[in-house]
Amino acid sequence: MTVNVVGKRVKRVDAVAKVTGKAKYTDDFMERDMLVGKILRSPYAHAIVKKIDVSKAKALPGVEAVLTYKDVPDNKYATAGHPYSLDPKHRDREDRTILTKKARFVGDEIAAVVATDDLTAEKALKLIDVEYEVLEPVLTPEDALKENAPLIHEEYDNNIISDFGYQIGDVEESFKESDYIFEDEFETSIVQHCHLENHISYAYVDADDRIVIVSSTQIPHICRRIVGQALGIPWGRIRVIKPYIGGGFGNKQDVCLEPLNAALTLAVGGRPVKIDLSREECMIATRTRHAFKYKFKTGVSKDGKLIATHITAISNNGAYASHGHSIAMSAGTKFRPLYSFKSIKFDPVTVYTNLPAAGAMRAYGVPQIKFALESHMENIARKLNMDPIEFRRRNLLGEGYVDPLNGNKVLSCGIHECIAKGKELINWDEKKEKYKNQTGIKRRGLGMACFSYASGTHPVGLELAGARIVLNQDGSVQLQIGATEIGQGSDTVFAQMVAEVLGIPVDMVHVVSTQDTDISPFDTGAYASRQTYVTGMAVKKAALEIKEKILNFVWGMTDIPAEALDIEDANIVYKHSGEVVMPLSKVAMQTYYDTVFAKPITSDTSNNARVNAMSFGVTFAEVEVDIKTGKIEVVEIFNVHDSGKIINPQLAEGQVHGGVSMGIGYALSEEMLFDEKTGKPLNNNLLDYKLPTIMDTPDIGVAFVETHDPTGPFGNKSLGEPPAISPAPAIRNAVLDATGVAFDRIPMTPQRVFEKFKEAKLV
Amino acid sequence: MYNVDQYFEPETIDEATALLAEHPNLLIIAGGTDVLIKMHSGKIAQADLLSIRKIKFLETIQKRQDGTLSIGSLATFTQIANDPIIKENIPVLKEAALSMGGPQIRNVATIGGNICNGATSADSASTLFALNAKLKLQTQGGERVIPIEDFYLGPGKVDLKPGEILTEIVISPEDYQDYGGHYIKFSMRKAMDIATLGVSAICRIKNGVFEDVRIGLGVAGPTPLRCQEAESFAKGKTVSAQTLAEIGKLAVKSTKARTSWRASKEYREHLVEELSQRALKVAIKNAGGESLA
Amino acid sequence: MLKKISFTVNGKEVSLEVNPGETLLEVLRKRLGYTGVKKGCAVGECGACTVLIDGTPTDSCIYLAVWADGKEIITIEGIAEDGKLSKVQEAFVEEGAVQCGFCTPGLVLTTTAMVQSGKKYTREEIKRELSGHFCRCTGYQNIIKAVEKSLED
Ligand SMILES: Cc1cc2nc3c(=O)[nH]c(=O)nc-3n(C[C@H](O)[C@H](O)[C@H](O)COP(=O)(O)OP(=O)(O)OC[C@H]3O[C@@H](n4cnc5c(N)ncnc54)[C@H](O)[C@@H]3O)c2cc1C
Ligand code: FES
Ligand code: FES
Repeated sequence: MTVNVVGKRVKRVDAVAKVTGKAKYTDDFMERDMLVGKILRSPYAHAIVKKIDVSKAKALPGVEAVLTYKDVPDNKYATAGHPYSLDPKHRDREDRTILTKKARFVGDEIAAVVATDDLTAEKALKLIDVEYEVLEPVLTPEDALKENAPLIHEEYDNNIISDFGYQIGDVEESFKESDYIFEDEFETSIVQHCHLENHISYAYVDADDRIVIVSSTQIPHICRRIVGQALGIPWGRIRVIKPYIGGGFGNKQDVCLEPLNAALTLAVGGRPVKIDLSREECMIATRTRHAFKYKFKTGVSKDGKLIATHITAISNNGAYASHGHSIAMSAGTKFRPLYSFKSIKFDPVTVYTNLPAAGAMRAYGVPQIKFALESHMENIARKLNMDPIEFRRRNLLGEGYVDPLNGNKVLSCGIHECIAKGKELINWDEKKEKYKNQTGIKRRGLGMACFSYASGTHPVGLELAGARIVLNQDGSVQLQIGATEIGQGSDTVFAQMVAEVLGIPVDMVHVVSTQDTDISPFDTGAYASRQTYVTGMAVKKAALEIKEKILNFVWGMTDIPAEALDIEDANIVYKHSGEVVMPLSKVAMQTYYDTVFAKPITSDTSNNARVNAMSFGVTFAEVEVDIKTGKIEVVEIFNVHDSGKIINPQLAEGQVHGGVSMGIGYALSEEMLFDEKTGKPLNNNLLDYKLPTIMDTPDIGVAFVETHDPTGPFGNKSLGEPPAISPAPAIRNAVLDATGVAFDRIPMTPQRVFEKFKEAKLV
Repeated sequence: MYNVDQYFEPETIDEATALLAEHPNLLIIAGGTDVLIKMHSGKIAQADLLSIRKIKFLETIQKRQDGTLSIGSLATFTQIANDPIIKENIPVLKEAALSMGGPQIRNVATIGGNICNGATSADSASTLFALNAKLKLQTQGGERVIPIEDFYLGPGKVDLKPGEILTEIVISPEDYQDYGGHYIKFSMRKAMDIATLGVSAICRIKNGVFEDVRIGLGVAGPTPLRCQEAESFAKGKTVSAQTLAEIGKLAVKSTKARTSWRASKEYREHLVEELSQRALKVAIKNAGGESLA
Repeated sequence: MLKKISFTVNGKEVSLEVNPGETLLEVLRKRLGYTGVKKGCAVGECGACTVLIDGTPTDSCIYLAVWADGKEIITIEGIAEDGKLSKVQEAFVEEGAVQCGFCTPGLVLTTTAMVQSGKKYTREEIKRELSGHFCRCTGYQNIIKAVEKSLED
């Protein structure tokens, strides 16, 4: 019997640990006498600390240390979870210090205390006297771009992080060839990841004088480097351990707590100190998703062919660069494999404002541009009096497309099939007919939106992933990876891959879920939907290597050539007949204990992926709009994905469910709000920030169009982020279909819908 | 860890009022779902608590012989949602109770706390306003009974005198018998949300005519409120779409909505007009009237 | 000011002195080591800290430890019997209702209370019963399936 596990609904390898409460997250490890670290945050969006007096705080019994910007290294560092670049020009902007003298958003980190318990730490914070010189806050990108705008970072000439863009072809020329020119403007809002586990870490100095940091991070190896840079100490002196984490969605692809945490433990002689952000802190002082303003100018021919588009974008980056302009560039890049344009001009500008720093969040700039682009496409189709699906189909690129800027080639593309499937699932034609002439208070409508995405960051980022396998005495194996399980299920699919290659059952693959930079192979971590694709290939290579070594060992034992052998169901078998030669466990014992030939079998590989596979997909949505109240309800929603080969359908469906539900929140309710004058956060908690509850979430339909991408380890492509991309525009287009009102901004909250309906004289 | 120094947990109301008289700084805590949230946020920096949770008789929901309904201040929202007396006599309060928070909150949050917290968004308040509920407030020396409308003074401000404990919410038979009602909580989410607007409408109908209409609103002003003009207009009018439309318009007149980041004044007023009609439509049906299209 | 309280956790009797400001969440996690109880907000918004108190799902983050005196507390650690997963836990594993797992203990407990109630639930009622739990990973789809499966006879 062949153990054919790739493509099967294998149960998560960590499910039992998680349903029994045994899975340990950062806060679940108890160090003796753990101290509490708390942060003094600026109440002003833009201010300079004139005077700071910590003497009263220091004098409070139970306070072990108080640090201000004066007590931490003055090293500027960048926090984004990007691979390091040896080329200084290619590095992220280094604009932070561990604590700051200048507050750049409400919540910025001025000082920190270490105390024996929470209450004492909180009391100590109140005892720190700070005198601020309050500066004019810059709260919108438009204000930030003004000629004489106050500088948020004085060391730069203006508030622009970057305005680097590109042009393919010549849009002005192409516009001349176009029969029609369409222009639209769109806007998205600041949203937050809201992973259920807040950012948390603890740190101590071990017996070898090394700093050990246990952190809820997606990027332990990168974290080690950044802590080293921030503190100005050798990277090897830092050890980062990542246990189970309660979600990240990109927010833990950034180094938020760890440098300060390291500084705090050093300040108390290496005793363990924990920083456990409250939800209210986590929502402002980690990262958010960039709000974008987009302008599109698009030339189209009479027969509905896209010719050129000029895209202008303003990205609101908040107070610190974090991932900065990479977000805008990712947006400008990842939409390209979808539609054919003769020319594209992309003019983005990423600016600082005195708001919380924006960083990576599921699909990295693409939900924003796709909301805009797919809304724009819908508007154009309607103006052309064309069926919006037909209009899109006419312009799809498909297989064989080679990106003129990055050289990535589309080797598999199922977008046409995705559209056909989605259309059928939602019963498009019949419902379209049914909803034609509605006049009531509650109106229904259908919408759809497409997307393209990448698998990993090649060629922008170095795509390095390590995997190590050890054969145990009983024929089972340990798999170690530097890639991180953050809930998406990577450990499970890696186990499946090893089982598949090695011919052993999944439960004989023990995935070491914890990453420890002292032990785990190097890998940059969970982001860009890269792990199943990039790390997956490393895992496959490691498994192939182990297999080869095992079969060679058996050759030595039996004189049966390795080529004649295979492994099936944990037995060594003849390849031609499947007849069992001996159990794998027997070989394994020999590798450990044969007095002459013993040599335990391991493999340790790395994959530097210089390929990238494009994934595609589509959302179809049906909404019901209450014209009088402005309430929009998603009645049905289907996401159809071409993510290549699906390694584990159950896990894959789970990714889509979660992404779509996030997309629904993005479309309808989620938005971080700040006081317009002061920049104070208004809704940084889970009651006032409206992520969907179970009652707000409709049934989410999922389907896959399985293509095979030759560059993926098993034909697979990205899936983690893509589901969150297209729901918002599909819902927006459905609302347009239902009401005739074209929204240009998300979320479409009842208040906004009401205002638009009033404009449209619907109420 | 909340910053709590003193903590008392009396088992009788007399002990409780005595303690309150003795330590005027004590903060009453019932379910704690407002008090502890305020302590977490720093709105209350430190507190000495008087827990009334052990005073079991305050959990009682009963119908007296004369038909008066009495709801103990410690009754939780889950208890109210499941209570047969509530379901049979004032199902509109059950609707309100179920709209509140989520199950774990309803399992501990009390109706007394909901009222004494003084929020205009309190989900029980608009219905209790519509039902002309009265509050029984007890001190060491005695007790007083006041209409709920008089209890609310301003945002987060109630007429709870030093030493007083809310013990009972009382609803007279003439205020609920033969009425049908409906509560609409308009919020951004279907659970775990604070109302953008709460509308509770009750009515009594005879031969197609409104004998009485009472509309309580939450978040339409700094306190919950009643729509007096709309109510007086409705009395004696035929149940019809036109009457409803007029009621909707007049309801807005009683409001004192303001613009906040949650919603604009204009939108809230628009919602009042629309939702008071919608609530009333269902209330009409529940009162045995003909349903309007 | 310390108060002595006694209660049971997963059937085991516990007596200890607590500060009146301590939450049940803190006592369970920090003092008794029941780290399966999670904290996602500390203010009753997320449901991650849910435990069963005398069978009732309760947010332990806004439940003072002193109130637990005399109560029976069940945490996620008390759900599997003799190392065997309960029907609810099985269903969560089978249906793929677990991703990052941070919301899972609370959801398993609320579902357990629903099963123990012996009541029948419509799909809408299931959703209402679970609505005090946020999950950012699963879009709730497989959670509903797991709950339906748990409630099957
Ligand atoms: C996550 C969450 C969601 C929520 N959702 C809603 C919602 O949807 N709708 C809603 O209306 N509310 C909501 N609330 C607010 C809160 O739960 C309710 O107001 C609740 O009814 C308060 O009751 P309690 O018993 O918990 O009050 P406590 O917090 O114990 O007390 C509240 C106030 O009343 C005083 N008090 C309590 N009992 C008495 C008494 N008998 N006599 C005198 N004074 C007393 C206290 O001193 C305090 O000032 C929510 C809260 C949270 C944390
Ligand atoms: S931690 Fe208790 S509800 Fe969130
Ligand atoms: S599984 Fe991650 S929050 Fe529910």
